[in-house]
Amino acid sequence: MSGRVNRMSGGLDLSRRGFMVAAAGSGFAFSFLTACSEGADVKAFEPTQWFSMAPDGIVTVNIIRAEMGQHVGTAIARILADELETPWETVRINHVDTDPKWGLMVTGGSWSVWQSYPLYSQAGAAGRIALIEAGAKILGVDASSCRAENGEVLSGDRKISYVSILKRGSLERVFTPEELTALPLKPVEERRLIGKPVAALDVAEKTTGAAVYGIDAKVEGMVYARPLLPPTRYGSKVVAVDDSAAKAVSGYLQSLTLEDPSGTVPGWVMVIAETYPAAIKAAGLVKVEWTPGPGADVSEADLQKRASELISKADAGAVLDTGGGDAQAAFRAARSTLEATYTTSTVLHFQLEPVNALAFEKDGVFEIHTGNQWQSLILPTLAQALDRPETSIVLRTYRVGGGFGRRLNGDYAVPAALAAKALGKPVKMILSREDDARFDSPRSPSVQKLRMAFDAKGEVTAMEHHAAAGWPTLAMAPFFMPKGLGDVPYDPFAISGADHWYQVGVQKVRAINNDLANTVFRPGWLRSVGPGWTNWALESFLDEAAHKLGLDPVAFRLKMLTGEGRNAGSSPNSVGGALRQAAVVRQAAEKAGWGGALPPNTGLGLATSFGQERNMPTWVACAARVSVDRSSGQVKVEKLTLVTDAGAIIDPDGAKAQTEGAALWGLSMALHEGAAFEAGQVRERNLGAYTPLRLADTPVMDVSFIESPEAPVGLGEPATTVVGPAIGNAIFAAVGARLRHIPIRPNDVLQALRG
Amino acid sequence: MIKLKINGKELETNAEPDTPLLWIVRDEAGLTGSKFGCGIGMCGACTVHVDGAAIRSCITPISDLEGVEITTIEGLDPAGDHPVQQAWRELQVPQCGYCQSGQIMQAASVLKDNPAITDEQIDAMMSGNLCRCMTYARIRAAVRQAADVMKGGR
Repeated sequence: MSGRVNRMSGGLDLSRRGFMVAAAGSGFAFSFLTACSEGADVKAFEPTQWFSMAPDGIVTVNIIRAEMGQHVGTAIARILADELETPWETVRINHVDTDPKWGLMVTGGSWSVWQSYPLYSQAGAAGRIALIEAGAKILGVDASSCRAENGEVLSGDRKISYVSILKRGSLERVFTPEELTALPLKPVEERRLIGKPVAALDVAEKTTGAAVYGIDAKVEGMVYARPLLPPTRYGSKVVAVDDSAAKAVSGYLQSLTLEDPSGTVPGWVMVIAETYPAAIKAAGLVKVEWTPGPGADVSEADLQKRASELISKADAGAVLDTGGGDAQAAFRAARSTLEATYTTSTVLHFQLEPVNALAFEKDGVFEIHTGNQWQSLILPTLAQALDRPETSIVLRTYRVGGGFGRRLNGDYAVPAALAAKALGKPVKMILSREDDARFDSPRSPSVQKLRMAFDAKGEVTAMEHHAAAGWPTLAMAPFFMPKGLGDVPYDPFAISGADHWYQVGVQKVRAINNDLANTVFRPGWLRSVGPGWTNWALESFLDEAAHKLGLDPVAFRLKMLTGEGRNAGSSPNSVGGALRQAAVVRQAAEKAGWGGALPPNTGLGLATSFGQERNMPTWVACAARVSVDRSSGQVKVEKLTLVTDAGAIIDPDGAKAQTEGAALWGLSMALHEGAAFEAGQVRERNLGAYTPLRLADTPVMDVSFIESPEAPVGLGEPATTVVGPAIGNAIFAAVGARLRHIPIRPNDVLQALRG
Repeated sequence: MIKLKINGKELETNAEPDTPLLWIVRDEAGLTGSKFGCGIGMCGACTVHVDGAAIRSCITPISDLEGVEITTIEGLDPAGDHPVQQAWRELQVPQCGYCQSGQIMQAASVLKDNPAITDEQIDAMMSGNLCRCMTYARIRAAVRQAADVMKGGR
């Protein structure tokens, strides 16, 4: 055995089995060594932590992001494979379980490609350079005469394949972090995979039922749990549990009142059975008496009333740094002003896979099998709940049956883990749809007041944007909150979008936490987060301002997208600044036939945004064409035209798919969704009452991207932010009715028509 | 004891007669391609065929199903190459994929009965299946493509 390996490996010292794996941040090790295992003719080659290359040239890319429909593994692997110059057919993806070596594990904010791009490009480039150096040595040429292409190292008319190099096992190269960041990346024109069509690696398994989600996880000897949820999210206490009726259910085992040191699931009672249907049936027969915590009587109207009260308090909330200036003085000096208030309802994630988790202890490690978007956030909570170190808990990774931000909050792992610990056996918990809705982390309802000041010539001299809502980041990750003026912390995911790129003179942006919301429920991050409501207000308001001034809404926007001062943009993420936003506005308007003749009661409306955050702008504009039935108030969205500038596009079809889905989320939230709190709970809990968009109401979409060499940014959410206001503005263009609340119901349209 | 036939295989279960088929398919037959979404038959993620007709397995008790042929996504085509599945892959329909087994089963059943389907009929017949990722534009196009293939007898 060893003789054979030695022959093949050219006499290398094979006593060093294995490889080096670098800890995140402490350097980057490349060590392609041949390891031999007894009795098998296997030459395993080991990678950096971000990818590995087998001797047959198969490249396995480790993905730390959750796959929840964005084909993120495909996009990230493309980035690495392009720099590595390996043929796409050699690439496999591996969605990893939690391990401290991966660093922060979070999938949200439309950050994945943006954050992964530098890291995985450099990893690929490091691999390419190591292979070139090794190939040059074998060929007996100078490395500077070599280049790599499509799995081969070439020098003049000589070449050697990656596989031949890897099979020799003679490659060892370590890169320091400094070397890594200094590595030359390929010029844009030499990209072979980025921007080219590709079949996403997770699609095929999703057409045969083979894809495995958290809800499909199983283990020998597990029991099933369905929780009985307390009357309030926080502070409920169990007084008594009566399961006498449930005992008649075949397969019913017991009811368990959870003791939760982490305080995540106060008052939860787990109904345990041998099968899930038995757990469902038994849960219907177990009677629990609770004393409720705070908020058991709170309604949606109460929440919104509180938000309005807070907006009227001048000292409430945090003011963002938007470049200085005295807004109050500017408004005093104004010739005229405009003010309007916009509101949005509670929105549910309603991800189709209800939250669930399988938990058990095995070999001293607590395993949680579940789909999750922010493993690094829930692990410390699990450690507290289970009273054991984080290092002895692992989250096993599964496909996510819809994330949309719901699974950034991993609270659902806690009750399963607590039950498994208490019972000493594996517990699989699945929430019913109704319970999933009740204890969703919904998008908070919001109230926003916007004001604009104009001088005698009708020029904009100042603008204010005050937004009050429940703050998800305060509820779940307060360490993530930046500080505004005077060091007052705020939730960026509840105000971003208001700090826009328009030139409006003095600008004041104020973020206010609706404290009542945070008492009653756990506000969540939901697809497009803050800009999902701030842009509804902003872009509706700009339309109103344009009409007040007698200007065309597109021309008015373009006039303010000057790209000057703080809106000039900067390298690497926002090169070009507001001028790129102007470009998407212009192009969307042109493609949609802006200014052309339309049938009666039909209108075009436009809205634009910079996506999620100023430091990672995705420039997007949407023109919506709607027709309105004046007698019923029904709004029909006929067409959405979307133009996006997201820098370099990695996976064109994936980018289009994300934009289509994001846009329809915007439509769905504008016309079809919307929930309300009633007695401290979400009232709409299943599809009879909560009614997301269906196929029949899906409009034609024209989705395109600006070709750009700039840094790739996010695509999962930006389109969501523009569709609602584009529809609102289109309704105004069609019939002159101004809507200031989403969702827009036919009755709201009728009321607005009556003035 | 209830005897079921799922994807051509016999399965005997001791489950209560009112147990929804979905849980037998998933937890006893181990066929997890059919999904639990709403539990009230309104999302379509649990769609399977009973004698070729699409039904919502989350609200169909097993007592109704003795002597019928139950087909799940795993049994739709031995190689996973039903024209609907092919169209789904060619047009890259799935995102999260959770609803797609149900979408495909719904489409396959509808097209078997009516390959000459109109666009309006596609909209009507597919609107009972919720896709939370909102892949509707692609579902619409893929059903059309599969219909054209099935109509052409290819």
